[in-house]
Amino acid sequence: MPRGRSARSAALGLTVRRIPTTQLSPRSAGALRRRLAVGILVLLSLVLISLSFRSGDSGPLAGVQSAGSTVLRPLAVGFERVAQPFRDAYGWVDSLFGARSEAERLRAEVRKQRQRANQSEFALQENEYLRRLLRYLDGPRFPGDFEPIAAEVIGRPAGAFAQAIVIAAGSRNGVRVNDPVVTADGLVGVVTRVTEGTARIQLLTDQEAAVSALDLRTSAPGIVRHARGTRETLVLDRVPKQDVVRRGDEIVTAGWRVGSLSSLYPKGIPIGEVASVGQTDTDLFQQVQIDPYVDFGSLDAVLVLVPAERRR
Amino acid sequence: MSPGSAARALALVFAAAMLQAVIVSSLVLGGGAPDLLLVVVISLGLIRGSVPGAIFGFGGGLVVDLLTLDTLGITSLVLTLAGFWAGRYAETTGRGRRLAPLVAVGAITVLTGVFAVVLHYMLGDDVVARHALVTALVPALVLNLLLALPVHALVRATVHESEADPLREVEVVV
Repeated sequence: MPRGRSARSAALGLTVRRIPTTQLSPRSAGALRRRLAVGILVLLSLVLISLSFRSGDSGPLAGVQSAGSTVLRPLAVGFERVAQPFRDAYGWVDSLFGARSEAERLRAEVRKQRQRANQSEFALQENEYLRRLLRYLDGPRFPGDFEPIAAEVIGRPAGAFAQAIVIAAGSRNGVRVNDPVVTADGLVGVVTRVTEGTARIQLLTDQEAAVSALDLRTSAPGIVRHARGTRETLVLDRVPKQDVVRRGDEIVTAGWRVGSLSSLYPKGIPIGEVASVGQTDTDLFQQVQIDPYVDFGSLDAVLVLVPAERRR
Repeated sequence: MSPGSAARALALVFAAAMLQAVIVSSLVLGGGAPDLLLVVVISLGLIRGSVPGAIFGFGGGLVVDLLTLDTLGITSLVLTLAGFWAGRYAETTGRGRRLAPLVAVGAITVLTGVFAVVLHYMLGDDVVARHALVTALVPALVLNLLLALPVHALVRATVHESEADPLREVEVVV
């Protein structure tokens, strides 16, 4: 039905137009007022935006804004002061969150740096260790009738009952059972098992290890064994009471040879230093305690001493 | 709306605008800050209707623009429309709904956020849409929703008057 025609006139087919009423319904008037109010406000906002945007800092609106801001400023300062404790509290809580994440970040950074420092320290120690080995090889204390096989330590004792290490050199490299093993510091032990590429070394601190040794200063003989009860302390056993052994004396391998028989260890390899000497009336021998030169807990590389005649 | 109620509403909007400009806008949580003034204006629109909502939005926005020395009229325009939308929602589909404040605050926060970005873009301001619409708007939406019910209750208590429902002029159309 076309606008402006009543249902009745449409039904009758009349062309008479209905006269529109000029009175608005309350609903229409409300909607009109509403739209008018919002339209005015929006228009006012747009005018403000346009004027503010066009005139910049020097236009008349800038002066109005400046004056308004000046008027409101004391109130803003008042609000600011009232709000300051709440702002401080918020800042404190916020800083706690920030501090936590910052601390976590710094902790991760420290972990990374510590790892790097450790790696550098390890590299430095390894470098120094290998240098000392080289100096030892070229030095006068290295046994002349032996040749060294340098090998990296690839396995360590798993517990207190296995005083042994595994090295990355085996029969393929010329290593055999009973070959002595040293470092630049002194005697480490002896090869007890050999595979093609690896070898097991029984350390001097093992319960079953025994090395004939002597006091370098007085030539007092004895047998170096593991001291019971302690992990890395040795004793010089079987030292007669009449022999003189003093604290601080150096103990070295004896390296004896009787006919075709000889000691497993070359003569003169340092073992340790006498830490204490004691004796009782009932004992047949002195009780000599030795501090080994070798730090058995931090072996990185060792030298297996192979008789030169075998290598030829 | 009685003069007393209007005066209380005016004071409330003014205080909210001052608080918004002075402190609330600096309470950044998760990249966004709550908009207390917007929530107050929406509540006023819901309680008092579209025209008072628009008027209070315009006034509150003007105070913020004056205080922050921003381009005069921008916040006014945004809050005028926010108050009007909230009022229209209350006058039509949102009438009598308990969750109307939450729905209105949620929807209008997003709409005003988008509108403000468009407006600033049209005025030639450098606007990073991703920051404005994601980084800042999402936390602001959450914070505004958290504020919605308590602020609505506060506004209702402040502008409460014993007269009949101001939205009575609206006819129910079936």
